[in-house]
Order: sequence, then C-alpha cells, then structure tokens
Amino acid sequence: MSHTDKPLTLAGKTYQSRLIIGSGKYKSFEENLAALEASGAEMITVAIRRVNLGQHKDQPNLLEVISPDRYTILPNTAGCYTAADAVRTCRMARELLDGHKLVKLEVLGDQKTLYPDVTETLAAAEQLVADGFDVMVYTSDDPLIAKRLEEIGCIAVMPLGAPIGSGLGIRNPYNIRMILENATVPIIVDAGVGTPSDATIAMELGCDGVLMNTAIAEANNPVLMASAMRKAVESGREAWLAGRMPRKLYASASSPIDGTFF
Amino acid sequence: MKLTVNGDTIDVTAPCTIQDLLMHLDMATGRVAVEVNREIAPRSSHRETQLRDGDNIEIVHAIGGG
Repeated sequence: MSHTDKPLTLAGKTYQSRLIIGSGKYKSFEENLAALEASGAEMITVAIRRVNLGQHKDQPNLLEVISPDRYTILPNTAGCYTAADAVRTCRMARELLDGHKLVKLEVLGDQKTLYPDVTETLAAAEQLVADGFDVMVYTSDDPLIAKRLEEIGCIAVMPLGAPIGSGLGIRNPYNIRMILENATVPIIVDAGVGTPSDATIAMELGCDGVLMNTAIAEANNPVLMASAMRKAVESGREAWLAGRMPRKLYASASSPIDGTFF
Repeated sequence: MKLTVNGDTIDVTAPCTIQDLLMHLDMATGRVAVEVNREIAPRSSHRETQLRDGDNIEIVHAIGGG
C-alpha cells in the first residue's frame, strides 16, 4: 500500500484495527477469543452484570480468557434505560477494571427497537464526562444529536446503521455523511452491520471504525466471519483513502478509440 | 446478621467485612466490583469495611455483551 494511514486514536491510545467487536451471543469464551483473534480487533466490548451467587469459583471468567493486558476492554451500559443506571454501571465498570476510564455509553428507549433514548443519553454523557470518563457513545443517526454529544466531550460518537442485532446494514448513509462532515471526534458505526459489505459501506463513507457483535457471533462460522469483517473494514478504509471514481449516468469506454483497424 | 446480596437475602456471622463476605461466597479471587448501599466499595477497602445488618450489596463482573 503506497498510502500510509493514520491509526485510529481513542482516549490517547492508537489502534491499527478499525474494527471493534462484542462478546455477546458466542457459544463459548474460546469461540469469542478465536473470533477476536481472526478479526484483528484490538478492542472488545463487555457487559456488566450481577455475579451468580451459585457460581463455582472454577467456572471461567470472561476477563481471564480475554485478557485486559492484551486487548482494550470496553465496558458497556447495555440494558440501561435511564441515565442514572448507565452512570452507575460505568462506575462499577471503572472499579472492576481498576480505574479504567473508557466506557461505551448506551441508554436504550424501547425494548422492541433498542433505539437510543437520546435525552437520557445526553444527560448520562454530561455526568460521565464530568466524572472523568472517556465516553464512546451509541446514538441515533441524527447529525444534531451527534454534534451535541461531541460538544459535551464524548471522545467518539457511534451512530447506529440500523437497530441493534437487526443486520439491516447502513439504512441512512446520507445521515452518516452529515455526521462525518461536522465531526472532529472519531465516528464509529455501532449496530446494524449484518454482513461484510455493510461494514465496507460504513468505511467507504469515511467512518473511523465499525463496532459489531451479532454479525460475527450469529454467523454459522463466527471465526471465518470475523476474518471476513477484518478484510471488509480494511477494504472500505482503503477505498475511502483512495477516493472513488465519480458516478456517471452513461458509459465511458475503457479502451481507446484511436488505432482501431476496423 | 442479614444482608441482601444481588437481590438475595443471606445470613452471615457478624463481624463481617466485604472481604469476609467474598470469601464466604467463594469469590475472593475473582475479578468483581462491589457496591454497598449503592456506593462503590473500592477493592482497597474490602479488608477493613465492616458490613452492617440490612446492608444491600451488589457484586458484579464482566460478561459477554455487545
């Protein structure tokens, strides 16, 4: 590659990979780890939940399989429907991970769509930024809300491509473009990617990264799909850097007309 | 004394620190975070923090999620 890309920087740390994966819906921690390795991702998001009191101590722990020394752990607030619950979850995560400040904020509004509740999201973002967290925030693809979240001090804004777990792809590329045009922080598409071409489209639009869970975890072969996603994200990034040809309504011959002998 | 731990009521013998509770639950070596009455109890305080009858404790860990 003749062009050298700048790495993705999040909260002062640089990442060669622009893919972030999840840890939900896998058959086992081992399958999750194999997918993580195949994806090339350097960051993985995890949920924070109650310990089952009946759990045996020899039962493996996610953080023992996926090491925080090797990967950046991104605790998320999945399942929170209020700003207060999300802030509380982030504080627990920070304690769990020894003062780690990076979090993925999501405050949901409705169980059927899992759409973000943007008013609660804005309130939680303000509290978390004031509390010293580095906030990567899941939000709708509304350009004005994305800008507000950036102004609050979120270190990355993560608009959905389509509802969480839907696999419907980038439903509104024009909104993502508007968000990108106004942004000075990394924009990462979070949610909606179903197949590698969706991830490529997000990257071709100029997104700084893609976060996905179900598209890999629910593939028939998650490890192979993780590898496909790695290539898709890299491909879309390179295409964006290369700059695509303009769209034209009519044909444009690729072979010269001069020198024809017929 | 009675404590509420992750929504369940359990009986423990007083005195009981957070560390004692974690050992009682077989979680002393695990990577967990603890809240007592909605306040974070930092790991460094587990050995000295005495729990009181009626305390509400949450013990969480990281699990798979997206």
